[in-house]
Amino acid sequence: MPHEPGVRLMQGNEACAEGALAAGLDFFAGYPITPSTEVAEFLAERLPRTGGTFIQMEDEIASMAAVVGASLAGARAMTATSGPGFSLKQENLGFAALVEAPCVVVNVQRQGPSTGLPTSPSQGDIMQARWGTHGDHPAVVLAPWSVHECFDLTVTAFNLAERLRIPVILLTDEVIGHMREKVTLPDPSSIRRESRPRIPPRTPGALPYEDRHSDVPPMAVFGDGNRAHVTGLLHDRRGYPIGPGPEAAALIRRLQAKVDARRSELAMVHGEMLDDAEVVVVAVGCVARSALRAVRLARQEGIAAGFLRPITVWPFPEERLARLAEEVRGFVVPEMNLGQLVYEVERAVRGRAAVRAYSRVDGNLITPEEVLGALREVARP
Amino acid sequence: MSTPLAEKYLRVDRLPHIWCRGCGHGTVLGALMRALDEVEADMDRTVVVSGIGCASRAAGYFNCDGLHTTHGRALAFATGVKLARPELRVVVITGDGDLAAIGGNHFIHAARRNIEMTCICFNNHVYGMTSGQHSPTSPRLSLAPTAPYGHIERDFDLCELARVAGASYVARAATYQARSMARLIARALRQQGFAFVEAITQCPTYYGRRNRLGSAADMLRWQKEHTVDVARARQLDPAELEGKIVVGELHRADWPEYTRAYAELVARVREEGTS
Ligand SMILES: Cc1ncc(C[n+]2csc(CCOP(=O)(O)OP(=O)(O)O)c2C)c(N)n1
Repeated sequence: MPHEPGVRLMQGNEACAEGALAAGLDFFAGYPITPSTEVAEFLAERLPRTGGTFIQMEDEIASMAAVVGASLAGARAMTATSGPGFSLKQENLGFAALVEAPCVVVNVQRQGPSTGLPTSPSQGDIMQARWGTHGDHPAVVLAPWSVHECFDLTVTAFNLAERLRIPVILLTDEVIGHMREKVTLPDPSSIRRESRPRIPPRTPGALPYEDRHSDVPPMAVFGDGNRAHVTGLLHDRRGYPIGPGPEAAALIRRLQAKVDARRSELAMVHGEMLDDAEVVVVAVGCVARSALRAVRLARQEGIAAGFLRPITVWPFPEERLARLAEEVRGFVVPEMNLGQLVYEVERAVRGRAAVRAYSRVDGNLITPEEVLGALREVARP
Repeated sequence: MSTPLAEKYLRVDRLPHIWCRGCGHGTVLGALMRALDEVEADMDRTVVVSGIGCASRAAGYFNCDGLHTTHGRALAFATGVKLARPELRVVVITGDGDLAAIGGNHFIHAARRNIEMTCICFNNHVYGMTSGQHSPTSPRLSLAPTAPYGHIERDFDLCELARVAGASYVARAATYQARSMARLIARALRQQGFAFVEAITQCPTYYGRRNRLGSAADMLRWQKEHTVDVARARQLDPAELEGKIVVGELHRADWPEYTRAYAELVARVREEGTS
């Protein structure tokens, strides 16, 4: 039994946990770290009541490992962490991507590097969320900007993870995680749950990585009698290790293509006042809240400002940006790091419009006034 | 190794194995295979989990669900598998570096939780896969590419570590006594809780050559001369046990097992929730 439908006042981290339960979570492994700990504490209380499994592991490496192990045994599995913990999860995140173990990893960003400012928000992990583990790998990263979206996007994260057999990262931050807002929880029965394609039990000749009929091979879940071999070595359709050559390349390309082939569906954006916009603010997560306010203030001043919020950070909605670049004078990219999202914006814009970065790394949220200042500079050079 | 037993328990299409001539890992694999047969393991409901290293490649040879994970993390992955499906038999295969160096933290915590799984450490006293660097079980003053002047650290007693961390079953065997190794592994497979077996195995290629210990046969002879059965060890005083390796069943205790304790917790919480 997930939640009671209706209006509730809750915290972002709690909404994320509630969303996971609504999405059918049945396994959580984690390790306490500010500002993500509430996700674990909430699930420690709730999961046993739904018959699910909660475990606090000995560290984040073990948490990620346990999540992947549980996923391969059929569970809808999740972990949550922040900063240093997210770094520790990277090796096993790559393992999950390669063996195609569906799972959700919540990273409530805090100011780094290292222990940094443990209780302050940041957006310093935008690139790590894409490229943190070694080697080429697919990545889907969703960034909520409200408590309600923490709920919704956690559900989406599970559905995408299951359908594509990939790890999906929910990238929030200290502000979103700890903020309290009104949330209208939907009727649990109205929430669509997607499950991974799965080989029926005891299928003769089952191949755990048969990709000839679909780019997402049906999974040979442990215990189903299909005797799957799963390895972090590059492997063939049987799951057996292979050496260098075309088969190795085909595997790596297929993993990436699972995301690339679905870019238009996956790359969700939220835009406002874009039709006649001359200057567009591109922002994600908590900063997008200040950005939207700044755009409204700019409009009052007569600046034709627009707002574009990538809900999906990865794959980055570059087609949308590229189209806008043909129409506008410039972009403002405020972010709580020394410039990460702005690289992607520049890559999509390709010099066709001005791109102005705005950084803040003192551990405090970027204000609407700061974004407005940057907007004015681009609008009235 | 295409015997009827191998046909039943191994992926014979994966053989011959990757190990060097004279390596003891194949002997441990054979002992585990016979132990699985002795307990009549249902291979549709068995998952073999391993880390990274020569030893860990053994997971790929068993004809059941297999999970060859990241270096040191086998026990943590196995914990997830077991918790998600407690009815499955989980066997963990690991090396001394995998288990006691990079994976040392997971080792003590899996033992402390007493989660039901059988963990077999193929202890060849070096990092075989990366060509013989010292491991936490390399003897003091032994030579290795990363200890060219002699290894100055003390070595871990893995069985003692498992026991004090809370394992339910602890045993040690060497490859020269493969039958008794199989018997001890079978007992481990029957144990409720975390069961640990240290399998002393020879690495003539790296450890043997670097330390001038001779051929695989010489290394097995060395094992025979330096091991003492636990029953006999109890009658010897510490001076007589100096430099000896005690083999046999070393420890057994019936602590509450983790997945059962968790199932009880769920039942209790749900009952309270409905009343
Ligand atoms: C994170 C990480 N660090 C290092 C390695 C390189 N590595 C592979 S196997 C191994 C040691 C294996 O030694 P052991 O566990 O004793 O097993 P053996 O090969 O001797 O059977 C190392 C260090 C790796 N694969 N991953």
